[in-house]
Amino acid sequence: MAKIHVTTTVNGEPVEFLCEPQQSMLDVLRGPLGLTGSKEGCGSGDCGACSITLDGRLICSCLMLAVEAEGHEIGTIEGMASGDGLHPLQQKFLEMAALQCGICTPGVLIAARALLEKNPDPTETEVRFGLAGNLCRCTGYDKIVRAVLETAAEMRGAKAEMPEAVR
Amino acid sequence: MNDMTNKWIGQRTIRPDGAEKVTGRAAYAADTTMPGMIWGKVLRSPHAHAVIRSIDTAKAEALPGVKAVVTRADIVDFPLDKPVMLGIQDMRWMSRNVMAREKALFHGHPVAAVAATSESIAAEALRLIEVEYEVLPHVIEIDDALRPDAPILHDFLRFEGKPSNIAGKLEHKLGNIEAGFAEADVVIERSFTTRPVHQGYIEPHACLVSVAADGKTTIWSSSQGQFMVRAMTALLTGLPQSDIRAIPAEIGGGFGGKTIIYLEPLATLLSKKSGRPVKMVMSREEVMRASGPTSGSKSTVKIGATRDGRLVAAQGTFWLQAGALPGSPIRGAAGCGFAPYTIPNVVATGFDVVSNRSKVAAYRAPGAPIGAYAVECVIDEVAEALGMDPLELRLKNAARQGTKAAHGPVYPRIGFMETIEAAQAHPHYNTPLGEAPAGRLRGRGVASGFWFNAGGESSAQVNITEDGNVVVTTGHPDIGGSRASIANITAELLGIDYKRVSVLIGDTATIGYSNLTGGSRVLFASAMVVTQSAEKVITSLKERAAKIWKIDPEAVAWENGEARPVSENAGRFPPLSLAELAARATETGGPIGAGVQLNTTGAEGGFATHLCDVEVDVDLGIVRVLRYTSFQDVGRAVHPSYVEGQMQGGAAQGIGWALNEEYIYDRQGRVENAGFLDYRMPVCSDLPMLDAVMIEVPNPKHPQGVRGVGEVPLVPPLAAVANAVHDALGKRFYALPMSPPRVLERLEG
Ligand code: FES
Ligand code: FES
Repeated sequence: MAKIHVTTTVNGEPVEFLCEPQQSMLDVLRGPLGLTGSKEGCGSGDCGACSITLDGRLICSCLMLAVEAEGHEIGTIEGMASGDGLHPLQQKFLEMAALQCGICTPGVLIAARALLEKNPDPTETEVRFGLAGNLCRCTGYDKIVRAVLETAAEMRGAKAEMPEAVR
Repeated sequence: MNDMTNKWIGQRTIRPDGAEKVTGRAAYAADTTMPGMIWGKVLRSPHAHAVIRSIDTAKAEALPGVKAVVTRADIVDFPLDKPVMLGIQDMRWMSRNVMAREKALFHGHPVAAVAATSESIAAEALRLIEVEYEVLPHVIEIDDALRPDAPILHDFLRFEGKPSNIAGKLEHKLGNIEAGFAEADVVIERSFTTRPVHQGYIEPHACLVSVAADGKTTIWSSSQGQFMVRAMTALLTGLPQSDIRAIPAEIGGGFGGKTIIYLEPLATLLSKKSGRPVKMVMSREEVMRASGPTSGSKSTVKIGATRDGRLVAAQGTFWLQAGALPGSPIRGAAGCGFAPYTIPNVVATGFDVVSNRSKVAAYRAPGAPIGAYAVECVIDEVAEALGMDPLELRLKNAARQGTKAAHGPVYPRIGFMETIEAAQAHPHYNTPLGEAPAGRLRGRGVASGFWFNAGGESSAQVNITEDGNVVVTTGHPDIGGSRASIANITAELLGIDYKRVSVLIGDTATIGYSNLTGGSRVLFASAMVVTQSAEKVITSLKERAAKIWKIDPEAVAWENGEARPVSENAGRFPPLSLAELAARATETGGPIGAGVQLNTTGAEGGFATHLCDVEVDVDLGIVRVLRYTSFQDVGRAVHPSYVEGQMQGGAAQGIGWALNEEYIYDRQGRVENAGFLDYRMPVCSDLPMLDAVMIEVPNPKHPQGVRGVGEVPLVPPLAAVANAVHDALGKRFYALPMSPPRVLERLEG
């Protein structure tokens, strides 16, 4: 099968690759591009482990054809930290133990960053719905939600109001 | 163990493997590659039950790009007449689970495997394999499997002398059950069912295997035990263990489901035949169809109490689905259900039942949630019948130091009562439920639970680097933060900053034998070997300081990361730091380090009590958890965040089990919901915050007081949610999941 040549941007850097027409963006990221930080939990758009951004918009890379990257900007977990500094979300996830096995973590972080870019001051419910496409089987989400709220507050320069466990 | 003097134990330090995980750099099994690597795929049975008459692989082998094909003929078989045990697994069954032999026993059962230069060629080759099946009648549900005319899965299974689908029975007895019930004023007997649920780890099973020309084999895989991978692969391929190096990749969740192997022996044989490294990764559909969920069950529990609220007799019968091959967790179901209580007369019986489903695998406190669900729901009814507060009834009968449990032990100091008292005193229990919006009803439920916990074999090596820092190696895949806890313990013992301690998981060639990550044993056991290793290192450091000062080693103390004379009488010397002693290691006796290997004992059981508030939408049948609080005796929270994480994660899995998760089969015996869309695990917006209250009653048999914490959290939630739904609706459910259609049915019925 003839391969297709694609020119795109990944994490701000120009990238070219060859792919088969039916290949997913996730396969190309993890295969030829060697960016294995995006994970495959289902391949069907149901777990969010493969979350990336396409021109800043949150998507499941397992549902995107690699050829669709032509001329667009892809953002993956590998581009989240800048230089030697972690993104505030990454730092907060470490401090607040918002990961256990860590397999969902890249996807959750990408989704959380996309959420905070749209909504810098989310409520607990908004965080929960913003991350509803990202399955985590380890944490019960509690520490993830707290870490996102706290990071949002810090990035706004405010102090987080932690939700009490009340209705 | 004294809290006031601890500097690192109990601190929420940053985990050693954290930065790699938040940047996407941590290497999980599917992320690993090798030059020349090819892809393996599995052909799976399209039938739930069928004799495999023949397998013709000629056309597949002729396809360009195909490098190897393996079938049942390549897997080591074991005679059926006697067990071949590896830990709790019988390799007779493992061999047949990894690859079907005489018969395909469930839809999705492996029948052949191929390796080819691309995934698409491998998939194409699978289509070219010709298998001749003779389809047999199949059986899925327990009741059907027990019928006298049921299709029998295995000719070699006999129960009470007759061919049967009952593969085993276990019974615990205490006291005199008839006399106990005769003493009771209130007797409640109920029957329950639960459906099989999957562990739901987000990372599918994956491995990469390279067999070199001389037979030396390297396996990178996602598992809960590299030594288990080595041993099982050796047994199923015929390779000696010394030729296999099993490297534990970072693991993306297991919850018990990765305590056995599926792909590793197939990839090993494919690599051996092809001479190429072979990578295999399951799809989510394969995970759901062919890796082990935990059992579905039916059970009957009868409990008798006196008018003043003493539990005097309890009887439970638990039938658990094993899947296609024997081995359901009846020990957990029959052993754990009544274990939280002082009940003088108990009979608990478990039956292991095979049917044409994928073979079950361990799932967090295997069997215990099933037993506790039935027992804790009946206790709720007993409390109701007596007009007693359900926590008060539990407290009155709570197991304590000296209680003899039906499954054997007499408990040492345990913290079960403390979990109930903490629940009683907590704002959650003392805050009214509040007014529900129109069309909704609210309720509150409680439940308790117990899990055995485990010790077993562990190895550790503690080495001091030449610049005076520390590298600790243990042998257990870290599934939820155990490296962070080991860093805390090592820092505490050596009196240095935890950041100076690096914690690694060794592979089978670099660390001594260590049993699985399972049974909530990892921190319990590895803390013991790490502690003893660190103590040896400290002894050596003191000897070296003594040598330098030319005084008796007894006269040297190790404090705050430095050697100093015990008193002025011993001499006046400026302290020698770890870095200074490391720099002088060569002159004082050579490299500084110590390793310890032990079969650890003294892992005492763990207990918890959970509170759950729900709101039920009576029009839609949706049950929402509004508030959830877990109270658990954690022994000692070496790293509180990861202990809370275990409690929260277990609660979430239990809520999913109670409300939504289940395997759905069609009439042909195929799983209809083999994906995350239709197998509905809780997502972020389904859950509230999950409060975790850690109660620390140190385990007297452990240097840091550690008790296993990972599994207990999944034991109480099923009943806690069920009891809350009853409180909301005034109707009891005797079957899980309480999914919207079932709730509506019950509301109408
Ligand atoms: S792998 Fe893309 S959503 Fe699961
Ligand atoms: S941390 Fe394991 S799935 Fe989220």
